[in-house]
Amino acid sequence: MDLEYGQRYEDFRREVRTFLDKHKPKDSPGGISGIRRKKLVEWLSLQIDEGYWARTIPKEFGGYGAEPNLLETVIMDEEFNRAGVPRGMASQGASMLVPTLLEHGTDEQRQRWIGPTMRGEVMWCQGYSEPGSGSDLASLQTSAKEDGDDFIINGQKIWTSTADKSEMIFILVRTEPDAPKHGGISYILLPMDTQGIEVQPLRTMSGDLGDNSFNQVFFTDVRVPQANVVGKRGEGWRIANTTLKHERNSLNSNSEGTILKLMRLMERETTNGVPAMASPVFRDRLMKLQARSLAMKFHAMRMVTCSLKNENSGVAGLITKLRNCQLNFDISALAIDVMGELGALYEHTEYERDRGYWQSHSFFSLGLIIGGGTAQIQKNIISERGLGLPREPKPAKS
Amino acid sequence: MDFGLSEDQLMLEETLRSFLADRVPIGRVRDLRNDDCPNNREIWRSLAELGMTGILIPEECGGSDLNLLDACLASQSIGYSVTPTPFVSSAVMVPTALRELEHPLISGWLAGIASGDIAFGIAVTETFSIREGAGIAIDQGELSGKAMMALDICSADLILLAIGSEHLAVIRADAPGLKKARLITTDATRCTSELILESVAPEIIFEDVGKTIARMLDAGRIALAADSLGACEAMIEQAVAYSKQRKQFDRLIGSFQAVKHMCAEMISELEPARSLVWYAAHSFDALPDEAPLMACHALAHVSEIGHEIASVATQVHGGIGWTDEHNVHFWFKRIGVGRSLLGGPGLLRERAAEIQGLAKSG
Repeated sequence: MDLEYGQRYEDFRREVRTFLDKHKPKDSPGGISGIRRKKLVEWLSLQIDEGYWARTIPKEFGGYGAEPNLLETVIMDEEFNRAGVPRGMASQGASMLVPTLLEHGTDEQRQRWIGPTMRGEVMWCQGYSEPGSGSDLASLQTSAKEDGDDFIINGQKIWTSTADKSEMIFILVRTEPDAPKHGGISYILLPMDTQGIEVQPLRTMSGDLGDNSFNQVFFTDVRVPQANVVGKRGEGWRIANTTLKHERNSLNSNSEGTILKLMRLMERETTNGVPAMASPVFRDRLMKLQARSLAMKFHAMRMVTCSLKNENSGVAGLITKLRNCQLNFDISALAIDVMGELGALYEHTEYERDRGYWQSHSFFSLGLIIGGGTAQIQKNIISERGLGLPREPKPAKS
Repeated sequence: MDFGLSEDQLMLEETLRSFLADRVPIGRVRDLRNDDCPNNREIWRSLAELGMTGILIPEECGGSDLNLLDACLASQSIGYSVTPTPFVSSAVMVPTALRELEHPLISGWLAGIASGDIAFGIAVTETFSIREGAGIAIDQGELSGKAMMALDICSADLILLAIGSEHLAVIRADAPGLKKARLITTDATRCTSELILESVAPEIIFEDVGKTIARMLDAGRIALAADSLGACEAMIEQAVAYSKQRKQFDRLIGSFQAVKHMCAEMISELEPARSLVWYAAHSFDALPDEAPLMACHALAHVSEIGHEIASVATQVHGGIGWTDEHNVHFWFKRIGVGRSLLGGPGLLRERAAEIQGLAKSG
């Protein structure tokens, strides 16, 4: 065991720090709508030029073209985290579509989409879930019927984050209705302004209709060229599974900063003149959460080491999403409790603390417990793939 | 950056696990619970022959002078097979303390631990928790008073004893004036005792060694966390194996989501806890400023997840898991008593808060 990174990496860390000191945006680096979009594109392009975003994507596809190096990635994440700015952009285009195109796309698809996606010029949403197909995603019914060189799409997608602000969608549709469930699905790219697409916003429990908007998307006789299929027709399920893997990796948010924010809150908040931190009950809960957070932090270091050594992390590599999402939800619960009755405040009330962060964080964490494969689906994966427990027998067809 | 085990460490673990599976299987543990003290000296000597008792002892005293992480891998393997042996006390806490102290007798004692000729017990509970009027006082060089929940005394040759939280003494286990009474716990694989001292002449007293005592407690807490972690690991393996062979409703019970999810919950708690224990053990040698906090968190956290794992793994076995005839209760009790020793989670968390300046100490 050796937790030193070595001189070469410490030099790299200094470079990242110098870059951030010089270029870090004073306020939020921009959003995906309106005038903020321009600032976002500038900020992402600068990061790509300096190699802090799209770092390992080949130059010909709009990336920086460096060799993959996990420790560099870890260091960049640590330094951006410390500086309090996101590295690149958390979006389904960057985190899910781009890795999928790199693995399965044609050169033409890569050249056309990867650069603009990483620069934030093109926003994507993900059309997977349907009202009748959630955990059982492969049962999806949205159909794409062949019509000359095109497909005609009919159906409905749901839980579609940022559909109202996206230029493009990557979607799973059933192209081979007579094939078995998993073998009849294709992965298709199409513009959101195609005739026949209608987006309806879906208000979440957090009331949020901002950058994290949630939607339903309806498809009525939507025409798309067959050339927009990624990979081969009928292979969409396999291709989507590589994407889902990327999604689960991207949902592993680090709770260390949230614990620190909670500590500051507990030092400030007073009830009857006594700070929350002086309450043995609250302090005990804080220490429990801190231990869980540290365990996840060190676990991430262990998983990075497994990757560096090309070792199979086994079941230990499957548990991160399940544990981190629950931990984040529990951290916000303590924060809400230490504020007493004022912990209930929401929607920018005068006495709200940390600008309403904790209630939002609580809703958001609950969403992540469900999204990207529910906690229950995670437990099926952990027990079946990780522990080798038998699959549940399928009910006999009636 | 390498947050993982070396080839040597993996080999140490593999060697000890296969030795214990072969020489101290659960049937042997079951027999040992009928002895006056389960800490069998033959097992201690065999562990010495494997080099396990000398992991933290300098080479000139016959040890291998390795790190706490190595000792924790051994402790974890011992917990995995619920082996009765004074490892945490005699092979971890005592060498950690004695190495920081100076006296002509020390190198002989350390050599004796490394060779398996000497086993120590320890009585340090009163440094963090005084109950039943316990406490040891010095009067004209002699020791009198009471110590509760002393570890591994019955089969020991020598005892390392705390006097308040600032002084240490070594006494002979057969010293005149020392009365030892075994305190029976639920865990038949461990030895705990009450000591009554009436004018006991010590071999030696070390005065004003509070820092050494604190460091010894840190090492002990991390190694005890590793012991419980190993026991948790074994319980999950047994539950998973049982659910792959037990049938109900014409199905393996492991194919029911209810049972699967119990197993997934257990393993998803165990693996990050393993990472925490590794880090805590590593910090003890490489990042000593962090070690006191990590020791508290490691033992408290493993105790919390252990409570759940011990219960759920037993439940997966159904009714047979609640019988004495089935073996799973040995692990349940090892984890349960491990939770009570060297502080307990509530005390450890309060200590963790104090260390960070979040609570007033004392």
